[in-house]
Amino acid sequence: MSTYPSYNSVMKTVGDAIARGVLAMAGRRSPWGGGDKNDPESSGGSGSGDPAGDGDGQAETPPPSGEAPRGPRNPWLPQGEQRPRRSAGIEDIFRPREPGTQRGGPGGGGGSGFPRLPQRAGGKSWFPIIMGGVALVWLLVTTTHMVGPKEQGIVTTFGKYSHTIDPGVSLTLPWPIQNVSVTDVTSIKRDTIPEGDTEKLMLTSDQNLVDLSYLVRWNINNLKLFTFQLADPEQTVREVAEAAMRASVAEVTLQEAMGGAGRAQIEQNVRQRMQAILDAYRSGVLIQGVEIKKADPPGKVIGAFQQVTAAQQDAQRDLSNAQAWAQQLLARAQGDATAFDKVFEQYKLAPEVTKRRMYYETMERVLSSNDKVVVEANGVTSYLPLPEVKRRQQQQQAAPAPGGQ
Amino acid sequence: MLGNFWQEQKIALIAIVAVVVAVFSSVVIVPETEQAVVVRVGEPVRVINRFAPKTDFGSTGAGLSLRIPFLERLVRIDKRMMTVDMERQQVLSAEQLRLEVDAFARFRIIDPVKMVRTAGSTERVKEQLQPIFSSVLRQELGKRTFQSLLTADRGVAMKEIREGLDRQAREYGAQVIDVQIKRADLPEGALESAFSRMQAAREQEATTIRAQGQKSAQIIRAEAEARAANIYAQSFGKDPGFYDFYRAMQSYDYTFANKDGQSTIIISPDNDYLRQFKGH
Repeated sequence: MSTYPSYNSVMKTVGDAIARGVLAMAGRRSPWGGGDKNDPESSGGSGSGDPAGDGDGQAETPPPSGEAPRGPRNPWLPQGEQRPRRSAGIEDIFRPREPGTQRGGPGGGGGSGFPRLPQRAGGKSWFPIIMGGVALVWLLVTTTHMVGPKEQGIVTTFGKYSHTIDPGVSLTLPWPIQNVSVTDVTSIKRDTIPEGDTEKLMLTSDQNLVDLSYLVRWNINNLKLFTFQLADPEQTVREVAEAAMRASVAEVTLQEAMGGAGRAQIEQNVRQRMQAILDAYRSGVLIQGVEIKKADPPGKVIGAFQQVTAAQQDAQRDLSNAQAWAQQLLARAQGDATAFDKVFEQYKLAPEVTKRRMYYETMERVLSSNDKVVVEANGVTSYLPLPEVKRRQQQQQAAPAPGGQ
Repeated sequence: MLGNFWQEQKIALIAIVAVVVAVFSSVVIVPETEQAVVVRVGEPVRVINRFAPKTDFGSTGAGLSLRIPFLERLVRIDKRMMTVDMERQQVLSAEQLRLEVDAFARFRIIDPVKMVRTAGSTERVKEQLQPIFSSVLRQELGKRTFQSLLTADRGVAMKEIREGLDRQAREYGAQVIDVQIKRADLPEGALESAFSRMQAAREQEATTIRAQGQKSAQIIRAEAEARAANIYAQSFGKDPGFYDFYRAMQSYDYTFANKDGQSTIIISPDNDYLRQFKGH
């Protein structure tokens, strides 16, 4: 029924249009107008009621200007009755006929209850024409069905499934016999669970909790089953998603649930589980995909998780430092060793000379930059304050330089 | 006009109306989603569009059917799969752990006559099934540990709950198709302790990671030292005597020569350096 929302209004408009057309036709043949009294039709109309009369049309048709002072007259009345009459008001039209009015005809008395409008209309009666028109429109509206490119329609005959119609224009039997309900089947529906930003905690296999939100994409792959099989298919999809997701998350550890590879695995599992359950229900639903949008630790312990991240970075930093130090040490060792090797090569060529040269050069450097006292050996115990004093003085002058032993 | 017609055709019109009324009261429409039990003066006599597992839609008994007017009454029953939701409730697991469990069962009326006799309406069936559902669930989950519920046993548990519930549901002409546990979670109070457990676990993890990092750093350093020692040994081992001399020279240089003359060196004339001093 919801397929024909504007059904009544359409009927009404069409009915009006037909009524107008009929009136217009009647108007062309209208016996009103100046000097038309001798028209055989008008004079012949004796009020016997036979040509049913356009009388009611007066309300809609403006009186011809020629008779302005007297107003329109009913041409079917006997000629003798020339008394002026006022144009019919709305009350006149709808007032039940009273016996003994000047319009008196047979059938006046018994028709109580019906408004006069549908009873007395054009030619013979235009009531059947209206009904015919309405029926035609009704047939047209309820037998042809436009199905959009993404949609399919289920045709039921007195409630019994008849067939499914595909996109395009289709014909069916009219409404009370066959009914069509059109549904969008190909566009993918998205269910985000949970809706909004609420925290949804799920248990993992290591009894930790993970805050999860995910998206299920699905569409209808068998409209017939989808329509008739489940009492509430949309809700069913959501519930099945929830059950499948919790079951899948309960199989993995927290780390896996939060990590990349584990997530993909869960998504895959949930999809397969859901499809299996929904197929068992014969629901006509095809799960296109499940995506985990978020898998975070619960808000209350997020600080502890950040600490872990910090610790990981600390450990990384320690490692890097150690590696740098090791590189330095090795380079140094290699440098030292190479230097020794080079010198050793030369030393081998002339050991004695090289050795003495190196000795003297070193002693030169050492002794030239130090105070030196040459003391005759054997029992010399002399007090030698001078260099010491001198050095102290120098030190005091030369600012608090480092190394003042 | 119409009045006239009415006068003339009174009997015919009344007859037509009577026929229409008779047709409308004896013909019933049963849609695909419903099955209808025909009750004749209080006694269910037959079922229209009864659920049959293998029948495809379109070849079912849906559509127009006849009944004896006024004598037979139709009780319409949903033919589709329906859901019984179990309210979230606490269940004790085998190790006396409290669990919060949400579940739903899907069922279908397969014996409408029985259902009409015992429950009367699908709503009543749901009401009747709910307490049975939760008691079956309690029984089954009570046999299992919490940990096993989280993984493999979940499927088995659900299957057994389904069977238990199904046995009882048959009394109402219903068949339980599927039972799913939506959640099996810790209750509110246990949640807090779970959080603190998680927190402690994370802190432990953090400490471990730091310690591991330090350990690795230490090992890296030690390994580097070992390799350096190896390099030195290979190189210096060629002539230990020369190394001693070479290194001594370097050491003297480093110790004495690089500071700006702060040491006083007392040298005996016998010193090798002053050998030539003696002039012989």
